[in-house]
Amino acid sequence: MKPGLFMAVALSALLAACGGDTQPAQYGAAPELPKPQRGLLPDMVIAKPAEWGDKLPTVPEGYTISAIATDLKIPRQTLVLPNGDILVAEGRGGGAPVLKPKDVIAGYIKSKGTSPVKGGNRLTLLRDADGDGAYELSTVFADNLNAPYGLALVDGSLYVANQDALLRFDYQEGQTKASGGPTKITDLPSAINHHWTKSLAASADGQTLYVGIGSNSNITERGMAAEVDRAMVWQVDARSGAHKPYATGLRNPTALAIQPGTGQLWAVVNERDEIGPNLVPDYLTAVQEGRFYGWPYSYWGQHVDDRVRPQNLEKVASAIAPDYALGSHVAALGVTFSNEAMGSQFADGVFVGEHGSWNRADPVGYKVVFVPFRDGRPAGPPVDFVSGFRDSDGTTRGRPVGVSVDPRGALIVADDLSNTVWRVAPARSG
Amino acid sequence: MEVIIERRYSEAIFPLHALLLAGTVPLFLGAALSDAAYASTYEIQWSNFASWLIVGGLIFAGLALLFAIVDLCIPSRRRARGAGWYALILLITWVLGFVDALLHARDAWAAMPAGLALSVIVTLLACVAAWFGFCTPRIGGMK
Repeated sequence: MKPGLFMAVALSALLAACGGDTQPAQYGAAPELPKPQRGLLPDMVIAKPAEWGDKLPTVPEGYTISAIATDLKIPRQTLVLPNGDILVAEGRGGGAPVLKPKDVIAGYIKSKGTSPVKGGNRLTLLRDADGDGAYELSTVFADNLNAPYGLALVDGSLYVANQDALLRFDYQEGQTKASGGPTKITDLPSAINHHWTKSLAASADGQTLYVGIGSNSNITERGMAAEVDRAMVWQVDARSGAHKPYATGLRNPTALAIQPGTGQLWAVVNERDEIGPNLVPDYLTAVQEGRFYGWPYSYWGQHVDDRVRPQNLEKVASAIAPDYALGSHVAALGVTFSNEAMGSQFADGVFVGEHGSWNRADPVGYKVVFVPFRDGRPAGPPVDFVSGFRDSDGTTRGRPVGVSVDPRGALIVADDLSNTVWRVAPARSG
Repeated sequence: MEVIIERRYSEAIFPLHALLLAGTVPLFLGAALSDAAYASTYEIQWSNFASWLIVGGLIFAGLALLFAIVDLCIPSRRRARGAGWYALILLITWVLGFVDALLHARDAWAAMPAGLALSVIVTLLACVAAWFGFCTPRIGGMK
């Protein structure tokens, strides 16, 4: 027996164990859910970063796209201020310690698909004073923040969710720089911070803030103790900072939005990995107060995840299914409600920024989709709105994160791979 | 009386080779025990311990395997019976240990119970490999 030959055969047999994947129709209220599966190695296909050059993302006919800010430092979420200025939260959080050999290897591989730039830990303000769609001013509004992510503005209060605390700045229309340091409203759970992003939305009356807090693991592999106050949406009293869980079992609620008219809180949530290319769908859902959405014990309602010990079948029995599947592994990181100014075809619904998959042989996401609504609920399949970020050979020029609708008729998309902010607007006639 | 010295190896096993081979056993044994502890307590830290101990076992077994292969490949060294078996068992130990490492890269309970079973098998194989490896020549054997 030639030992070397034996080893080569054994290794190639191992590597070939990764299965193929066909993509079922996996959107809407009742997605097809195959059985969990995983080979000896997880499927990993990582973006190969490339420059945009002369290329631009693809938008529907009748729309134009332009880069309104470049060379930012990891832009994540954006906020359109009442005077049309745009705030961009820049940063890179996390830093969860390595626990297993796997963390070393997977962390290295995944880092190849992201920008090497150091996170800015700041808010940048963009201004288009003459309304021509070119943002001639780009200035630092506030810095020395700690991986800021969620942004909200109500009545002169600008709320910023750092990865470890919820802050408030005073804001007056027209300001280009924060007039003073921020006031801390409350600390946010930040131990370990595996999923570090803290998403944010504010009720219209400004009394209540909602903070999305991601889980501290994929599926409890950092232990149950690490999951206290994680994988949930907090309801925070804006004045006192007092908080309570608003909804739980949401693995990683990466973006929140208040539905105009109804005041209902909606979220996009990133679901668990490593049980197959078509499990578990990331989703868009109205967040129902007091309800449990499954993580970690179950997914999409009451489908038990066998990787969790100890199990909790009582919790599983109380789990509800979310409203609308976006597809497995798309990595939805942004959500915003549209309006009439976006054009009749895209007026009623939400835009969702999809950062793109790593745990899938046939990558998905890497685009911004529009989910049409009817009577205040999702209705119909998602439509590509901004695409062309990734080529079929893996070359990837951008990865969408936060999305915001400018009430004057434009979609603002943060791209944390090319460190760009994109603006998509209906083409002006004449 | 005729005294026959059986040559299990050309000479006694090289000291560094011996150290690596012997060290393989407690590393894989530690992994198996940690897996058992995780299975009975669901305390994830035991699973983390097992993952690292397996990596340690793979490094020690892998280097010992290099020694064994070099020994087999040098024609000038006179080999004893059993040297080939030793290398083969150590190779199988390493390959199954590598599979065990991949199993342990699964999150939480997904590594179980296959991970525990394989850790026990790899530990036993490491013991057998060490047994064969350490069958050094003895003076006084009768035939």
